[in-house]
Amino acid sequence: MEIVRREKAGSPESLRIRRQRAQELLRGPELEGAALEKYVTERVMTTTLDRALNWARANSMFPATFGLACCAIEMMAIVASRVDSARIGSEAFRATPRQADLMIISGRVSIKMAPIVRRVYDQMLEPKWAIAMGACSSSMGVFNNYAIVPADKFMPVDVHVPGCPPRPEALMHGIFKLRKKIMEDPDEGWRRRYEAIGTEEIVRRDDIDPLTDSEVGTGDGRDQAVNVFKPGDTAGA
Amino acid sequence: MPDATGLELLAADLREQVPDAVLDTEHFRGKAALHVAPASIGAVLEFLRGRGFTFLASVHGLDYYPEEPRFGVQYELLDMSALDRITVKLRVPLDDPHVPSVTPDWPTADHQEREIYDMFGVIFDGHPDLRRILMPDDYEGHPQRRDFPVGGEPVLFTYNEAQGTQYTD
Amino acid sequence: MATETRHLDRTTTLEPTERIEQHGDLAPEQELLTLNMGPHHPATHGVLRLLTTLEGEVVRDIKPIIGYVHTGIEKTAEDKSYWKAIPVVERMDYLSYYFNAMAFCGAVETLLGLEVPKRAQYLRVIHLELNRIASHLIFVATGGLDLGAVSMFWYGWRERDMILDLFEQTSGQRMHTRYIQVGGVAEDVPRGWEQNLRKFIKAMPERNQQYRALLAKNEIALSRLKGVCPLDADELLKYGVTGPLLRAAGNPWDLRKAMPYSSYEDFDFKIPVGTEGDNWDRFAVRLAEIDESVKIIEQAIDGLPEGPHIADDRKVVLPPRHELATSMEALIHHFKLVTEGYRVPPGEVYYPIEGPRGEYGCFVRSDGSSKPARVHMRDPSFVNLQAFAPMVKGAYIADVIATLAMLDPILGGIDR
Repeated sequence: MEIVRREKAGSPESLRIRRQRAQELLRGPELEGAALEKYVTERVMTTTLDRALNWARANSMFPATFGLACCAIEMMAIVASRVDSARIGSEAFRATPRQADLMIISGRVSIKMAPIVRRVYDQMLEPKWAIAMGACSSSMGVFNNYAIVPADKFMPVDVHVPGCPPRPEALMHGIFKLRKKIMEDPDEGWRRRYEAIGTEEIVRRDDIDPLTDSEVGTGDGRDQAVNVFKPGDTAGA
Repeated sequence: MPDATGLELLAADLREQVPDAVLDTEHFRGKAALHVAPASIGAVLEFLRGRGFTFLASVHGLDYYPEEPRFGVQYELLDMSALDRITVKLRVPLDDPHVPSVTPDWPTADHQEREIYDMFGVIFDGHPDLRRILMPDDYEGHPQRRDFPVGGEPVLFTYNEAQGTQYTD
Repeated sequence: MATETRHLDRTTTLEPTERIEQHGDLAPEQELLTLNMGPHHPATHGVLRLLTTLEGEVVRDIKPIIGYVHTGIEKTAEDKSYWKAIPVVERMDYLSYYFNAMAFCGAVETLLGLEVPKRAQYLRVIHLELNRIASHLIFVATGGLDLGAVSMFWYGWRERDMILDLFEQTSGQRMHTRYIQVGGVAEDVPRGWEQNLRKFIKAMPERNQQYRALLAKNEIALSRLKGVCPLDADELLKYGVTGPLLRAAGNPWDLRKAMPYSSYEDFDFKIPVGTEGDNWDRFAVRLAEIDESVKIIEQAIDGLPEGPHIADDRKVVLPPRHELATSMEALIHHFKLVTEGYRVPPGEVYYPIEGPRGEYGCFVRSDGSSKPARVHMRDPSFVNLQAFAPMVKGAYIADVIATLAMLDPILGGIDR
C-alpha cells in the first residue's frame, strides 16, 4: 500500500499533482498488460458468451425440493423471510427434477434412498450442481453405521456445507461458494490459498502403497503426497 | 401403575384365567411388569383388556445377547380410565423365534411387529403381512441384533482419501 | 356461505377384488390405477412413499412404505455412553428434539433414581412448550403450503425463527440443542433471555389470532378441511393413535394432565378437544394448543424458582467448570464422566411423555455398563401412520394430500 503525502493546497507542486489525479479519474491511469486487462474487466461487462451464460446460471439457480431429514427444515428456513433465497435468484423451488438445476441433498441418505437420489439427480438436465448440506450427507455425520451412505459415494457433489444442521446463513454461504464456482472463479481450497500443500504429517513411507500396504509404490504424484517431507525437511509442521 | 400388591393380585387372577401363562412378576422403580410365556400372549392381552387396559401403547423388541432366551418382546398397555400402565414381557430363543401375532385383535401392533421382525428376526405367526419395513426388501441380516456390526465408513484423512472415491467397494 | 360436509364416496361398498369376483371384470371407469406417490414428492412430509390404488380419483387402497430415512439411530445409541447418546437420540423426530431428549433423559433418570431439581423442571417445561409451539407452527406452515395457502408458510417460519433465537440464546444451537441433560438442563438461562421470552409471549397470541383469521373463514380452506376424512375416536384408539389426532376426535387424553411429569401439575392450562375428528378439527386443535402452550410458558417463567439447574450427584452430572480449577475430586469426576461415562444400574424402563404428535415413549434397557443396551423410541408418528389408510379410504386424491398434512407425520421419527 503506498502512502501518499499531501501538502496543503497552494504550492504549484501540489497543483500539478491534483491536475494529474483529475486526469486519471477522467481518463484512467496509465496501465499496461495484465493490469490493464484486469482494470477493464472490472469495469466493463463480460464480453464472452460463456461468462454471460455462467453469470445467468449462477444468479438464477432453481433448487429441487429434496428435503430428506432435519437439514430440510433449515433449507426451508432459507426460503423463509429472514434469510430469503429469492433475493439471490432461487425464487422457485421446483418439484420436478426436469426443471431444477441445483440439488441440495439436505439430510441423511439411507441405503434405501440412495438409488432414488441418484435417479432423481440423473433426471436433472445439464448443467446441474449438487450441494451436500449437513454432516450426514457429506460424510456420515453423527451416525457412522450400517444404514446410511455419504452422498459422495454415488453422485458428484460440488459444495459440502458442514453443520448439524447448518444454519440457514451457512447454507447461503455454501450457495454463494457454488455461485463463485459456477462463474469459473472458485474459492480455492484452503491448502492452496495458504500455500500449505506439502505440510501434511505423514504416516507412511513413500515406497509403500498406502492403499494396499504392499511394498511397491508407483512413484507418481499421488504417492508423492503421502510422504512429502524428507528427513531434515520439516520446518516444525 | 398398579402397586406391588395390585400387581400380585392381577397376576393371581391371570394365573387362574390363563394357566401356565405367568412366569414372573416384576415391580421396578414403581412400574409393574408381567413375564409371560410366548404362546399365551394373545390370551394374556385379552385378559388385561377385560381388566381395563384397553390401549396398546407400544410393542418393542430387544436382544438380550448373550443371555438365552435371546429375544424379548414387550407390550406396553395403558388404562386410560384408571390412569394405569402395565408391561407384558416375553422371551423367545434364537432357534425358535416364533411369537403369536396380536395384530388381529390390536391393529396398532401391525407396523410395530413388522419392525421387530425387520430388526431382530422374530417371526410373528398370524401377522397379515410380515415383511421388512425399514430396511430394503432384499436386505440380509437383522441389524439391531447385538452381534450385528454397527457398520459405517472409515473417516477419510489425507493418507486414505482415495478410499472415499472407490465406489465399488 | 354454506359449507356442507362432503360425504366420502361409499357408493360402492364392495372392495375391488370382490367386484371382480362378482362381475367378472371392471368397467373402464372402474379400472384400478396404481399410483406411486413419493418418496420424492413435494407434498409428502419427508420421504414417505404411498402406494395408492385409485379408481378414477377415489382412493380404494393406500399403502405407506417407509424406511427411506432409516438411520439406525437406536443401534448407534447402543454404541455411545449415556451422555453421548443424547444428541443421537435427539435427531429422531427432528421437529421435536427437546421431546426426544426429555424422554430419553427421563428414562435414564428413572433408572438411576435421580431427582431433578425444581428449577430444572420448570426450565425443561418452558423449552418443551416452546418446541411444541415451533413444531405446530411448522405444521401450520407446511399444511398451508400443501393446501395452496402459501402465505402461511412465510408466517409460520417467521415465528419459528423467533423461537429458535430463544433456543440459540440458552444453548448455542438452533436445532438439536442437547439442552436437556440427565439430571436437569445443560446450563442456566443467560441474562436477557427472560426479556426476549416475554416479548415472544406477548407477540405469539396475537399472531395466532391472525393465522386463525386468515384461514378460519377462507372458503377454500374450509371446503378442503371441513368434513374431510373423519375417523372416530374408537377407531383411532384401536390403531394406537394419541396426541392432537385423538383429541380432535373428541377424546381428551393428554399425558400432561393425566400422568403429569416434570412439574406439569403446577400449571393451569386447558386441553383443546375437537368434535368431529375431521381435518378441520385436527388443524384447529393444534392452533389452540399453541395458545395453551403460551399460557404454560408464561406461568412457568413467572413462577421460575431459584435453585440449581441440574442435579447435584457428581457421579452422574458434570461438576461446574469453576470447580475444576480448585477441587481434585471435581477433576476426577469430570474425567471419569467424559471418558467412560456413568454406569447405570441394570433395569428396563419405559418413560412416556406427551409430545406434539402424541405419546413419545422411550424404552431404555441398561445392563450395568456405561452404554445403554437398548434404546427404543415409541414414536407417535410411526403408530399414527397406521391410521392413515382407514382415514383416506374412499376419499379423493386431493384429500389424501390434505389428510397427510393434517396427520403431521415426521419421517425421521417414523424411520428412526
